[in-house]
Amino acid sequence: MNYNPFSLNGKTILVTGASSGIGQTTAIECSKMGATLVITGRNAERLQETFTKLESNNGDHQQVVADLVTDEGVNTLISSLKKIDGVVLCAGRGCTLPFQFASREKFDEIFNINFFSQTEVLRLLYKKKILNKEASVVIIDSIGGTKRYSNGNSIYGASKAALLSIMKFCAREFAPRKVRVNCLCPGMVETPLLHKGSLTEEQLQADVDRYPLKRYGRPEDIAYSAIYLLSDASSWVTGHDLVIDGGCSI
Amino acid sequence: MQLDEFISNFADLFDDTDASEITASTNYRELEEWSSLIALSVIAMVDDEYDVTLKGNDITGCTTVEDLFNLVQSKA
Repeated sequence: MNYNPFSLNGKTILVTGASSGIGQTTAIECSKMGATLVITGRNAERLQETFTKLESNNGDHQQVVADLVTDEGVNTLISSLKKIDGVVLCAGRGCTLPFQFASREKFDEIFNINFFSQTEVLRLLYKKKILNKEASVVIIDSIGGTKRYSNGNSIYGASKAALLSIMKFCAREFAPRKVRVNCLCPGMVETPLLHKGSLTEEQLQADVDRYPLKRYGRPEDIAYSAIYLLSDASSWVTGHDLVIDGGCSI
Repeated sequence: MQLDEFISNFADLFDDTDASEITASTNYRELEEWSSLIALSVIAMVDDEYDVTLKGNDITGCTTVEDLFNLVQSKA
C-alpha cells in the first residue's frame, strides 16, 4: 500500500537553522518522507552532523554553511540553490530579558537573526524564482509574542509577532504563483535554545505544569506539522498559523 | 567592584522595597516584593553592569546580597 498524501517524494526542501533543534529534526524527518534536502546553518561541524543523519533515499542532499545575518551568507546560500519546492525557516535564537533592559542593541541582535535574516532569504527565494510554483513556505514562529506574553520575552516575542505578520502578507502576495505561506507556532520545545539557564529547573517544571498535556514539545512534534504543510495534503492551506503547544494557549 | 555599588544597583530593581531594607546580609528571596521578574532583572543588571552571565540557579543558590556579590566577583 503506497497511499500517502503526506509524502514529500520528488520535492526539494530547504531548511535554515538545520544544525540543531527544530531545524535539524525537521530536515531529518523530511528526508525520511522522501524529500531531497538543502540544509543550511552557521556551524560547519554541527551542520555536517545533521547531514550525515539524513535518509539517503537516492536524494541528492546538499549542505551550505552560511551565516544568514550577513549579506555574504545570504548570497552564498541563494547562489547555491537551483529550484526548490518548499522551505522551512527555522533559524532563530532566544533571549530572556525584562523590557527595561531590552536595549536597541539587544533588539538588533535578536531581530537580525530571527526576523531580518529569514525575511531576506524568503524575499530572494521568491524574487529569483527559486521557489517553484505551488511551493510551500513554512515559518517557525512561536506562541511567545503571538499568543502568550511571558515576563522577559519581549524581544523574542516581538520578532516572532513580526514574522507572523510577514507570513500573512506573503501568503497574499505569493498566491498568484500558488506558493503557500504558513507559520507553525510551537510552545516550549526541548531544544538547546531552551536550556540557556536564565530560568531555574523549578521554574521550568512550574512552566511545564501549565501545559494541559503536561510536557514540553519534542522537535518531532513540530517536524511532523512542517511535513504536513510542505506536502500536497495542505494544498488549500495558506496564511495560517498552526499552534502546536500541548494546549498551553487554551 | 564595590559591594556598596552592587547593593545600590540591586536595590534599584525594586519598586516597593525601600533601599534601606536591602543590605549585604539581606536574604533577598525572602523579601515580599521578590519575584521571578526581579530575578530576571538581576541577571540582566549583572550582565549590563559587570559583564557577567548568571544563571537562574545562581540566583536561587545564593542567600544574601553579599553571597551574590561574591559570586559575581568570582566570575568577573
